[in-house]
Amino acid sequence: MLNVLYFARLRDALGVEQEELPEGAATVRELIAQLVARGGVWEQELGGARVFRVAINQDMAQPDDAIPAHAEIAIFPPVTGG
Amino acid sequence: MHGDRIIVQEADFDVAAEYQRLAGDAAIGAVVLFVGRVRDLNPQPELVSLHLEHYPAMTAKALQQIVESARERWPLDAVTVIHRVGALQPAEQIVLVLTASAHRIAAYAANTYIIDYLKTKAPFWKKEVSAAHSVWVEARESDQEAQQRWERENDAGCSGIGGGRSAPDGGA
Repeated sequence: MLNVLYFARLRDALGVEQEELPEGAATVRELIAQLVARGGVWEQELGGARVFRVAINQDMAQPDDAIPAHAEIAIFPPVTGG
Repeated sequence: MHGDRIIVQEADFDVAAEYQRLAGDAAIGAVVLFVGRVRDLNPQPELVSLHLEHYPAMTAKALQQIVESARERWPLDAVTVIHRVGALQPAEQIVLVLTASAHRIAAYAANTYIIDYLKTKAPFWKKEVSAAHSVWVEARESDQEAQQRWERENDAGCSGIGGGRSAPDGGA
């Protein structure tokens, strides 16, 4: 299983903080496509022009990065600390 | 060389105490201290506080990577990064970046580098909370540009302001 975490504005918009998903998406791009296919707010937040970031096992990831087994995936808006 | 001091906490920090930790170290010729504070730029008077959220498992790792990458570029004797989370009031301190080196230019440049990367790569998010509603702060384009400036410098083969250590491939 993949452990998927959502943070900040995205967590509020999607209404979910954490979920377990079956393994299957080979890359970040594939995982996002699966989530966008849910439609509704998922499509609005992850399928359009809104910018978001993805981390795999606590490291920033790019769309074509491979997702290893049992990964912790985090999806969040651009960061605003400091 | 002092070990890295990287802390995420709700409590406030004491700038004088962080500086004092380096007392007696004659190798350190320059200490640069940056403190970020909560601004109240809201024209409406109802801004009550700022709420800072983070991704704990990733925050420590991201900050460590940023500090290590600064240490690769400049000869640093000490680095301290303290970032607060939770509810903060206007004028409170949010973040401290302390860089110490034998040389002023390295301390200044490393400090700027760390805060530029922290603002774009470390998983912190700010929410402005008022009596009526709360709004997540949008990322700023200028922060992204400040961070990318360092990457362009790297791509150009420059070792950074102030002359960092020799490149691993034996340059200079």
